[in-house]
Amino acid sequence: MEKIKNFFKTFLLYELVKGMAVTGRYFFARKITVQYPDEKTPQSPRFRGLHAQRRYASGEERCIGCKLCEAVCPALAIKIEVAEREDGTRRTTQYDIDLVKCIFCGFCEESCPVDAIVETRVFEYVGEKKGDLYYTKAMLLANGDKHEAQIAKDRAEDAKFR
Amino acid sequence: MMELLQSLEQMGLDLLGPLWLPIWTMVKIMLIVAPVMLSVAYLTYAERKVIGYMQIRIGPNRVGPYGLLQPIADGMKLFFKEIIIPSGSNKFLFIIAPMLGLAPALAAWAVMPFNDVLVLSKVNAGVLYIIAMTSLSVYGIIIAGWSSNSKYAFLGAVRSVAQIVSYELAMGFALVCVLMASQSLNLGEIVMAQKGHAGFLNWFMIPLFPMFVVYVIAGVAETNRAPFDMAEGESEIVAGFHVEYSGMAFALFFLAEYANMILIAFLTSIMFLGGWLSPVPFLPDSLVWLLGKASFILLLFLWFRATFPRYRYDQLMRLGWKVFIPLTILWVVVVAAWMQTPLWVW
Repeated sequence: MEKIKNFFKTFLLYELVKGMAVTGRYFFARKITVQYPDEKTPQSPRFRGLHAQRRYASGEERCIGCKLCEAVCPALAIKIEVAEREDGTRRTTQYDIDLVKCIFCGFCEESCPVDAIVETRVFEYVGEKKGDLYYTKAMLLANGDKHEAQIAKDRAEDAKFR
Repeated sequence: MMELLQSLEQMGLDLLGPLWLPIWTMVKIMLIVAPVMLSVAYLTYAERKVIGYMQIRIGPNRVGPYGLLQPIADGMKLFFKEIIIPSGSNKFLFIIAPMLGLAPALAAWAVMPFNDVLVLSKVNAGVLYIIAMTSLSVYGIIIAGWSSNSKYAFLGAVRSVAQIVSYELAMGFALVCVLMASQSLNLGEIVMAQKGHAGFLNWFMIPLFPMFVVYVIAGVAETNRAPFDMAEGESEIVAGFHVEYSGMAFALFFLAEYANMILIAFLTSIMFLGGWLSPVPFLPDSLVWLLGKASFILLLFLWFRATFPRYRYDQLMRLGWKVFIPLTILWVVVVAAWMQTPLWVW
């Protein structure tokens, strides 16, 4: 009996028609394509994009050169040199992130005791020649200055979960 | 309309004498080939759109409104690309293969009737001519595969040829049923044999339904389309027989594949779906019906591609030799017996 049933199912193309019904239904389904330059998907406040170094409201840079981020970085993308500043505080003389090596894991951000190194929502950046994606301290600070409002807002929003 | 054409023909005859005939024929050929080429271009667009929609994407929509200029842009790109000839290849055959692939696909249109008067040449053995032409296109594929001097291209060509040869038999037997039912080899007369008072019930699709299904499936296999696209199985042999081709030479293979698809769609509508005949008695017969039916078959081709995974090679051969050929032979006998009884009303 089962055999006869299968025979007819095969010759009536039962399964093929069933499959085509599925694709036929999806033909009329709502399309989920995001037309990227015109539309963008929503981002989480925890979005991990381009790095930035933050400053306090006074204009003083936050980074104290503890090198925790350098130590935790799994891709060895961070390079830090530290020296004493005239006023006796410990500050970085060099803070470079090689974005070519970086895997955007967010460990540097998490390890930072003063929230100095952060990852912003910026993801649309390019390098046109070798070395363009090697970000120095000045570039990171400039990023921080540029996006401070958004950065502060995201940190505040996420603070209650940390 | 007809008087205008006739007066135009008379005028040309008076003006150029015997020279007029080849010129007038060329004009007619262009009138067939140009729309076919245009439909090929827009079939690629339709394919990308339909498959995109079935995969809940939107398909090309950047070039022109709704992406309508996409095929033009693709054509331009291919046109300006370099044709790379592999150093180990046979140059002459390598260049001539894409032309051999495309030419039969276009030549077959010579006997295609668009309505009871609109046909380039009323050949009495039109069906035989079409079968011969579609079989010839396999030479383009095997020559391309062989002359490329590449193992992937060669494997693709071998697969493709074995597949086309196998499915041609089933296709041929399916057509034998149509020939028996219509008592003619002329495509125009095959359509007229499906004319009657009952509209679509007079079409050969009704008594020959299994043959209709076999013909469509064998047609998909004939044109090397998914799910029978073993000849270019990306996962095993990169792109099959045209792996070494680039630029316009590649584009010719592409054109040939799609031109063959359109040809099969038209043939299916003519043999089984009553060509330009109207499905209901109260509407007039017209070319629009033929185009609509062919478009539906083409939609089926795209639909298949969006739905089914690729066959394994032995499964393909099993389907061709162990299922289709016995089935079609059986149905030939059934139809032959059926036609001797009063139950045959077509």
